[in-house]
Amino acid sequence: MDLSYTPEEEEFRARLREWLAKALPILPARPSPDDWPGRRAYDLGWQRMLYDAGYAGVHWDASPTLRLIFLEETERAGAPYVGANFVGLLHAGPTIAAEGTAEQRARWLPPILRGEQVWCQGFSEPDAGSDLASLRTRARRDGDAYVVTGSKIWTSHAEVADRCELLVRTDPDAPRHRGITWLAMPMDADGITVRPLRTLAGSAEFAEMFLDEVRVPVADRVGEENDGWRVTMVTLSFERGTAFVGEVVACRRVLGELARAARGDGRWDDPALRRRLGRLDAEFRALWRLTQWNVSAAEASGGVPGVGGSVFKLRYSHARQELYDTAAEVLGPGALDLDRPWVLDRLSSLSYTIAAGTSQIQRSIVAERILGLPRGR
Amino acid sequence: MRFRLTDDQRALREGVRELLARCFGREALRAAVRAPGRLDRTLWRTLGEAGFFALRLPEADGGVGLGLPEAVLAFEEAGRALLPGPLVATHLAAGGVPGAARGETVVAAVDGELAEWLDAADVVRGDASGAVPLRSVDPLTPLHRLPGTAAPDPVAGLPAPVAAAPDPVAVLLTAAEQLGTAGRVCELAVQHARAREQFGRPIGAFQAVQHLCADLLVRVETARAAVYAAAVTADPADIAAARLLADEAAVRGARDCLQVHGGMGFTWEADVHLHLKRAWVRERRAGGGTQSEELLAAALAD
Repeated sequence: MDLSYTPEEEEFRARLREWLAKALPILPARPSPDDWPGRRAYDLGWQRMLYDAGYAGVHWDASPTLRLIFLEETERAGAPYVGANFVGLLHAGPTIAAEGTAEQRARWLPPILRGEQVWCQGFSEPDAGSDLASLRTRARRDGDAYVVTGSKIWTSHAEVADRCELLVRTDPDAPRHRGITWLAMPMDADGITVRPLRTLAGSAEFAEMFLDEVRVPVADRVGEENDGWRVTMVTLSFERGTAFVGEVVACRRVLGELARAARGDGRWDDPALRRRLGRLDAEFRALWRLTQWNVSAAEASGGVPGVGGSVFKLRYSHARQELYDTAAEVLGPGALDLDRPWVLDRLSSLSYTIAAGTSQIQRSIVAERILGLPRGR
Repeated sequence: MRFRLTDDQRALREGVRELLARCFGREALRAAVRAPGRLDRTLWRTLGEAGFFALRLPEADGGVGLGLPEAVLAFEEAGRALLPGPLVATHLAAGGVPGAARGETVVAAVDGELAEWLDAADVVRGDASGAVPLRSVDPLTPLHRLPGTAAPDPVAGLPAPVAAAPDPVAVLLTAAEQLGTAGRVCELAVQHARAREQFGRPIGAFQAVQHLCADLLVRVETARAAVYAAAVTADPADIAAARLLADEAAVRGARDCLQVHGGMGFTWEADVHLHLKRAWVRERRAGGGTQSEELLAAALAD
């Protein structure tokens, strides 16, 4: 068991720190959350800076350990979040890299890396959430195109995306996992209506997408027709890899801020609050070690993240909610003031036990795929 | 960064597991339950000969010359097997108390208001005066109660003497034992959920049971990362964190395992209660979790 980094890894960290110290001060001002074109430009601009500095592909071709260091250092330095590049860099991109043709890789991957194109994800539907394989958006073949009709939901950045990784049903008669196809839909096609979806935090983070006879060229299909479920699993396993490294770093920073705020205003004298903060510190220390443990396992197995990510996500999503509930205790009556720090974060944290597989689905995955319990209902 | 067991560490873990299966299998365990308070000296010497107590002593001093990570793996196995006796106190006494390293001397230690295995010990570390035996909840751990810390002296105006900070290594080895219990009760719960049938199918096919088992595993794996990392860094804050996670994984794990076992879990015959009771004993050691929480909180606010 070794927690130290190799000289090469330390050098990567040092060079990254040096670059961040120079790059971050020249970033433009952050756009307001409602300014979608501004957010797109800002996020793509950041990706372009990463590209020019040689860090654009760190999520794809760097070792899991280097990816961990990259995410840790960028978060520590307060660098922008991956934002609008999320689906391109962490979902669609890796899927295309693994399953796309040479032509598709050449056409789609460089613009993602250079910060020129935004991708969004059209997987979930109003009636297909946890049970994703029941999706009903239809695609029928018409010459050299698929004609797609249906609706998608929880599509982040749909307003400003260039492409959408889209799951459609191409064979309604086949067993449900075998009639699905993965398409890269151009977002400027006719027949796409995007409607923002306001979250309980008041922000329009997501959108609904209505598709009415949208034509998607057959050349924009990744993998074989009706093989989209398998193609998708490649993406989903990426989602539970090192995805939370930056967030754990951020949570540990928030925890320190909470402790100092409590000490500053007398709440620190409450032993119940102190103990709660101490326990949270233990929690996030452990989650950081679990991240390092999982990254080491991914390193040893050739970089493929596995179902072990479900264990992490279950624990982390709960811990994050507990963190912001504790923040509310530190804030006292201020916990009801949307202008106080952590109050919006507390609202956002409510999605953590739901997004990317609810805790209930994750527990079933752990029970059946790791513990080997019989398939449940 | 290679935060995983080396081949040697895996071999060590397997070796300890096999040794304990041979010298303290289920029959020996149940025999020990029937003879509470009796420490098996033969078993103790076997452990000593195998290097359990001398694991971290330098080879020049007749020890095995291994480090804290290896000791943690050995104590995790001890926890799994419900191995009885003052294991931590004797391990820590190796090299300091003659005969401790080889398992010829049994060393117990006073720990705050409690002391384990006082009567069976040859050497007691700490002041055991005034110790009174109590009827221990754990049939495998005889306990004595000691007088509490003296009240502050109002005349001198001095604060009560602060209890000596616990030895972090003792805290970590206890956490390792808790981790062993946590892993074992997770296995027992899953085995039972696969085998026990109700309503015409294994109870493990019911989501309510599946989710109890999943939470058991999540607690084990999170605690494992914390305990192993603390063994590598030996940092007191990491050790405090490891202890909190391991206590939770063991105590809540044993509770959930008991629940999965249904009525059988409530019997003397099933081993679940032995794990739960031992986990309760261990979580009281070294000032309990409160001390660790306060330590971490203080570090946070600095």
